[in-house]
Order: sequence, then structure tokens, then C-alpha cells
Amino acid sequence: MKARVWPFIGAVAVLALLIALPDILRPYYVGLATRMLIFALFAMSLDLLLGYAGLASLGHAAYFGVAAYTIALLVLRAGVDSGIAFPAALVAAAIIGALFAPLALRARGSYFLMITFALAQVVWSVAFGWRSLTNGDDGMPGVTRPYFGWSLDNTTSFYYFALAVIGIAALLLFAIVKSPFGRALRGIRESESRMQALGYNVWRHQYAAFVLSAFFAGIAGALYAYFNRFVGPEYLYVVQSAEALIMVILGGAGTLLGPAIGAALIVFLEDFVSSLTEHWVLVLGVIYVLVTLFAPRGLIGLYVDFRQRRALK
Amino acid sequence: MTWVIHILNGVAYGMLLFLIAAGLSLIYGLMKILNLTHGTFYLVGGYIGLTVMQTTGSFILALIASVLAMALLGAIIERFFLRRFHLDELPQTLLTFGFLFIFADLSLWIWGGNPLMLDEPEILQRSVPMGYYAYPVYRLFLIAVGLAVAGGLWWFQEKTRLGTMLRAGVDDAEIARALGINVSLLFTLVFAVGAALAALAGVLAGPVLSLYPGADFEVLILAFVVVIVGGLGSLRGALAGALLVGILDDFGKAFFPEFALFTVFVPMAVILVLRPTGLFGRR
Repeated sequence: MKARVWPFIGAVAVLALLIALPDILRPYYVGLATRMLIFALFAMSLDLLLGYAGLASLGHAAYFGVAAYTIALLVLRAGVDSGIAFPAALVAAAIIGALFAPLALRARGSYFLMITFALAQVVWSVAFGWRSLTNGDDGMPGVTRPYFGWSLDNTTSFYYFALAVIGIAALLLFAIVKSPFGRALRGIRESESRMQALGYNVWRHQYAAFVLSAFFAGIAGALYAYFNRFVGPEYLYVVQSAEALIMVILGGAGTLLGPAIGAALIVFLEDFVSSLTEHWVLVLGVIYVLVTLFAPRGLIGLYVDFRQRRALK
Repeated sequence: MTWVIHILNGVAYGMLLFLIAAGLSLIYGLMKILNLTHGTFYLVGGYIGLTVMQTTGSFILALIASVLAMALLGAIIERFFLRRFHLDELPQTLLTFGFLFIFADLSLWIWGGNPLMLDEPEILQRSVPMGYYAYPVYRLFLIAVGLAVAGGLWWFQEKTRLGTMLRAGVDDAEIARALGINVSLLFTLVFAVGAALAALAGVLAGPVLSLYPGADFEVLILAFVVVIVGGLGSLRGALAGALLVGILDDFGKAFFPEFALFTVFVPMAVILVLRPTGLFGRR
């Protein structure tokens, strides 16, 4: 009983804190919190692929960026309403995922990582090179935020909008992970051949995980385009993909909570440390190395170890 | 004649890429590590060469100092850090990414943010006539060095005892260990040699491409492309991939400036789709 109550209380407390946040913090930090939430969703979407299906992607920025660019192009080039562009962006991200998945799933391990990287770089080079459509590396400023009867133009209202969308997305992800489908994915991660022998269609499960993962990354990307009112090729670049990978590993792959914490922590640290010292890159690097040495399973892994050690005493 | 010059430029650039990709590929082949710090060896190696060149005026000394320094750094990173996470991909990624950050910032601190050029050795500061153009001898020198290193590596791998051990380790590290080959030492050695080759590329690139913050990452990505195209763990693949990428990159920049990167990444994606393990890679 006790074991079931505490996570519930914890979840309620976190939710209450998230809802009360704009009353507690200055607007700048509400904006920072919005960014932390967006990247938490981005990291969780990658973890569906990396942590649950066991497929390490170094091209996740492709789906994030394609969704963001879809919004910018529809709003700025086609004059489509910003709110209507949102579902279109998610569909675009899922379609790119559905196109890339058959190519990437031909390989495993490091080759999977490199193929996803290669495909994402192709998308990036289109956004970077096709100046007449995308403005190249200048990016596209002036993306408007959607209007659903009330304005999302101030920091607080956009924070609540993002919180609601990300909350729903996170619940869906939890439901997916807990479902028979999610369990089958974990089985495939542990042993493809065994699951095959049990009658599971391994490829179809991996394909579905890939497309779902792209879809959820698309939600994060679309929100980020609204949040910054801007898209640029860096949304699609390998640095963004690598950062998502680092967020998942830092937090702990194979749980949804870990990557969310990892993402929030990295976004916060980048902001916080860069306000203290211009050598924040150095500090982050040292933190990554220390985390690897002392918590190779990520922060969640550290916590699990701690719990187990206490239980043994 | 323009075509010949573009091909020569592409080959010269490809040779630099080969020096970087060869180490990346060997390290992966033996240890299954995708070393994200590899571009760092190139950049920091180049910077060290620059400093030595400025203090001593000798290009040869610059080469030696930078190669030795990066071999040592590579050995330290492998021996004291990466070894703990053998065959454990995720911690390896985080660790090498951490080192990439650390050295990127340290070198920004030490050498500043402006692009820095190395002087080429005086003996190579001339050009040979080629049709209506004058072609710089230094680039021909780059091609020669690349070919010499490729030949040397091939000889080492195929004809020496250590090379045989290396191939055994690449094929099956555990069996090699059981046969009495000191695979652990081999790991450190290969990592150091890979780092040294990248440093060599960094110093050699100094007079042509200049050294600047971010070059570590750019070079890492291109080296990635090279090993993807050529196949991980294969020297032949690294050479073929490097030449292809070097030439494609040069032609792209010259003829389709708007889609310069496209000319590199699209052929890479096509090759991967046709052969997921690259041109010379094994499953």
C-alpha cells in the first residue's frame, strides 16, 4: 500500500507546484520553465525509442524540427491559422518518422544511430540550403502563437498552454509504456529473437515505436516554434539530436521520469551556469564526465541503486 | 583544367578527412566506441602545432609535438575513463561528449575565438603551373602525406605482428584475448594512434582550412559521414569514403553553393539505404 501511495502524492505535489509556478516565479523563470517542459517532452519521446525499444537515435531533431518548420511555413508562407498548423505539424513529423523508419530499421546498434543521424542531416541541409523557402541559416522569425479564444502572447498563458499539452502528451506516453505494446517493446529490447519466437512481429512493433516517437518529438518541436516565435536550422541540427540523447542518458534511459528530469536539469544548468560564468560549456562537460563516472545508469539509476542499498540494510 | 583542379582540391581535402576517419574507424572496429572526442584531437592537435610553430618556427617540431601530445591525451582518456565502460554504449556517448565540451571550452579559453592560420613550411610555399592556373604545392604535399599514411597503415595492418594482433582483435576481441594477445594494451595503443592521426590532420589542415572553435564538431561530423559511407572498422572504407566525401564536398561548394551540404549528405543517405553497413563494412 505504502509503495503505491507515495508516487501518487509525489505526482500531485509536482502538478500543484507546476500549476502554481507562475505565481511564485518571475516571468523570466516561467519562460525557462516552459523550455524545460518542452525539452522534457522531447527527451521522453526519444526515450520511447532508446529506452524502451532499445534503438539509439542520433537524428531525433529531424522530427522536432520538421514540426517546427511546418508551423513556420504554413503560418508565414501559406497564411494558415497558427492553431490549425499545429495538428498539421504533428502529422508532418509522424510522416517523416514513417518514411525514415523503414530505412533506419534495416540496421541495429551503432549503424542505426548513424543512419538516423544521416537522414536527419539531409533534412537539416534542406532547411539550411533552400534559402528561398526557409531563409537558410537566418531562420524564420514572426511565427504567431495560436488563438483559442484567449491570447497566448504573455509568458504565463503560454506556460499553461504548454503545460496542458505536455501533460496530456506525457500521460499518453505513460499509457503507451504501460500497455501490452510497451511491454512487448521492452521484451524486444532484451531479446529480439525470443520475442520473434513468441510470435511477436518485431519489426512492426519497432516501426510503431519509431513513428510514435517522431510524433511526440513533433509536439515538442511545434511548441518550441510557438515559444520562440522563430524557427531556424539549428532546430534540425545534430547538436539538438545529441543534446536529446544526452538528456536521456543523463536522466536514465528506460524510464520516462529520468529523461524528463535530465532534460529539465540540462536546460536549467545551461541557463544558470551561463549566467555565472562564460565557461559554462566547460562546467557542463565536467558534469557529464562526473555523471558518467558516478552514475553510469543516469540519475534515476543512481536513485534506484540508493533505494536497493537501503533496502538491503 | 578547372576540373582537374577541383578534383585535386577534393582529393587533398579527402586525405585530411581520411587521417581523421581512419582513427575513428579503427577505434570503432576494435572497441565498438563511437568516439565523439575525435574532432577534439584534430582541433586541439592543430592548436598545439600552431603554438609550437610560433615559438620554434619549425613545422616538423609542430607536427611531432602535437602528435605526441594528442597520443598521450588519447591514451589517458582510453585507459582511465573509457575502459570502465567497455561495450556500454550510453555511458561512452555521455563521456566522450563531456570531453568534447571540456576541450572545446578550454581551447576557446587558450586560443581565443578567431580563426587562426598556421604558416606552411617555407619549402612548400610555392606553386606549380597547371594550365592557366598555378597550383599550390602544399596541397600536393597533403595528398602525398595522406597516401603515405594510408600505405603505412596498410603495411602495418597486413604485414606486421602487431597488425595481425589488431586484426584478430577486430574480428573477435575475446578469442584474441584467449589466444594470449594483450587486447587491453592494443585498445590503448589504437586509441592513441587514432588520436595522433587526428592531430596530424589538425596541424596539416592549419595552413589550408584554419583552426577555429567549432571546427572540432564540423570535422567530427564529416568524419562520421566518411565512416558511414565507407563502413565502420575498415581502412579501405575510410580511404574510399574520405576521397568520395572530399570530392563531393569540393564540387558541391563550387557548383551548387546553395546545396553544398546536400551534395555530401544525400549521397551518404543513398549509400546507406542501399548498403546499411557502408561500402566496405561488415555486418
